[in-house]
Amino acid sequence: MEFLGGKFLQVFIALAVFAALIGLIMLIVDRAPKSVKDKLTIVGFLAPAAILMLVGLVYPAVQTSILAFTNASGQPNGVDNFVWMFTQPEALVTLRNTVIWTVLVPFLSTGFGLAYAVFIDKARGEKVLKALVFMPMAISFVGAGIIWKLVYDYRGPGIEQTGVINALRVMLGMDPKQFLLDAPENTVFLIIVMVWIQTGFAMVILSAAIKGVPMELVEAARLDGANAWEQFRNVTIPGIRGALVVVLTTITIATLKVFDIVRTMTAGNYDTSVVANEMYTQAFRAGEPGRGAALALILFLLVLPIVVYNARVLRQQREIR
Amino acid sequence: MTVMPAPDEAANTSRTQTRKDKGRPATPEDSAPIMRRVKTKLTSRWATAAAVIIATIWTVPTFGLLVSSIRPAAKQVGPRSDGWWNFFADWDFTFKNYVDVTAAAGSQSANLSQYFVNSLAIVIPVTVFVLVLASMAAYMFAWGNFKGREWAFIIVFALQIIPLQMALIPLLTLFTQVLQIPPGSYTQLWIAHTMFGLPLGIFLLHNFISEIPGEVIEAAKVDGAGHTTIFWRIILPLSVPALASLAIFQFLWVWNDLLVALVFSGGTADVAPITQRLAEISGTRGNRDYLNPAAAFVSIIVPLAVFFGLQRYFVRGLLAGGLKG
Repeated sequence: MEFLGGKFLQVFIALAVFAALIGLIMLIVDRAPKSVKDKLTIVGFLAPAAILMLVGLVYPAVQTSILAFTNASGQPNGVDNFVWMFTQPEALVTLRNTVIWTVLVPFLSTGFGLAYAVFIDKARGEKVLKALVFMPMAISFVGAGIIWKLVYDYRGPGIEQTGVINALRVMLGMDPKQFLLDAPENTVFLIIVMVWIQTGFAMVILSAAIKGVPMELVEAARLDGANAWEQFRNVTIPGIRGALVVVLTTITIATLKVFDIVRTMTAGNYDTSVVANEMYTQAFRAGEPGRGAALALILFLLVLPIVVYNARVLRQQREIR
Repeated sequence: MTVMPAPDEAANTSRTQTRKDKGRPATPEDSAPIMRRVKTKLTSRWATAAAVIIATIWTVPTFGLLVSSIRPAAKQVGPRSDGWWNFFADWDFTFKNYVDVTAAAGSQSANLSQYFVNSLAIVIPVTVFVLVLASMAAYMFAWGNFKGREWAFIIVFALQIIPLQMALIPLLTLFTQVLQIPPGSYTQLWIAHTMFGLPLGIFLLHNFISEIPGEVIEAAKVDGAGHTTIFWRIILPLSVPALASLAIFQFLWVWNDLLVALVFSGGTADVAPITQRLAEISGTRGNRDYLNPAAAFVSIIVPLAVFFGLQRYFVRGLLAGGLKG
């Protein structure tokens, strides 16, 4: 256990240095002469975060954008990397998979999450039922990968199956299936893992939104003779539209960036790679940082419209306030 | 809320009402509400059934992992192995897998206890750094008075979108070659995680801090308080719920991270977090596969405990980011 001491000391020193720095900033801001105090306060409070974000996010993003137009030895090569991306079969498979992911995951997660939120609304044991579906949110993608490898486990026909789904298939008289190997449907089986994780997120937000729909509206629709489905379609859905948009966009962004699930379950083999994974493979494994950067840039461009849309909504809200 | 009768009481009153009306022949007006009540009961029963099915499907994978982790090696791999559900037939269980992954000595050992400590040593400082720096910045974005405040905030919001993968290569070069941060210490991981956590942190806290009533801050200013006093004495204490939810987020996010760890940790038992070790042991196929479930469970115990213990704050954080965003 002697390793504990050194690690504890490192953490302690880091926290002490940090506290000293923050204390220094506060002291300077507080003691500054009146003429510069306001300006100094703004700089003192914003500068640490601003510097870290400039160095950690903005500068690398610019660097990567330049890198996207160079070849493996760092020479500029125009748009070759993008030509490669849109012509080579293996790169096209990656793009196709990314499209499948970004279509299926947001809609399935939101659909399941919404249905579940409606089903358990005001039901007995609502809290427990919520926690069960929400739980995967707390599990790492690596952990989820191991959990689902167990679910999809395959043994040859005639041998006792150890995976739940294959055991069920055999019980129903079907042949066991290699879920993660058979393209193209293996992508769908990876997608299920992401849906398993994201449904809880959708459910929690939509459940809160449903509880925010005024009871009087629902009651009025009911008195007008609307059945449960009509109440849901004509009152609940319009009432939670804002939350639905937020859930769909957030999950879409998370899906575009998905990396760990593919990495730990198939490592992108058997035609399952997606842009975020291919980017890692090209940049850190295949020695093609230019191609990796080009993929990163494409990813950024794919996400950009969603951000612009959200930023506009944000501005509108601030104007109202 | 308090004025309305509790559901139970309401049900009682309606029941006494029906009892009083007994003896009078039933009219269509009477039967309609009863019919409707029966109908809602029925639909809600179907809904509950569907909910229970979904909950079961969602829980079985994790449950299977837990059961597998306490089954002996021979039951998990090799010729005599079978599915984890057979556990309920043979009740053959052992804690040896857990001892093996955490305490066993030797180079072959998974050695998880060391990596477990690393995860804590990475997560705790990062959470503190992000909370303090993000709340300082969020305070200025919400209540500071400077030109371009709105645009600066929208840019911070947009930074959430830069894929991490885009930042990794240039940042690694910067750390190792320009700043000469020695490898084999937590420093690179602390700084990298803090950088990546700030945009979301600022965004979430800003939503909360900007809703604090302006009169509170004005009153403090009239009393002669400066920005530092207002920040530490008023803003932070009032923001505890938002700080708590951001802390949980940051904790889970860093604990569960694999990508940043892969690039910045160097992969030794001195620094690497538990997820990285888990990816290593589960990535190599072999005769030690039976340890994977136990190892995975060790790594998800802490996030699950954090999640179940502090669920309320976690949800509140999601809502602050989701509904107001």
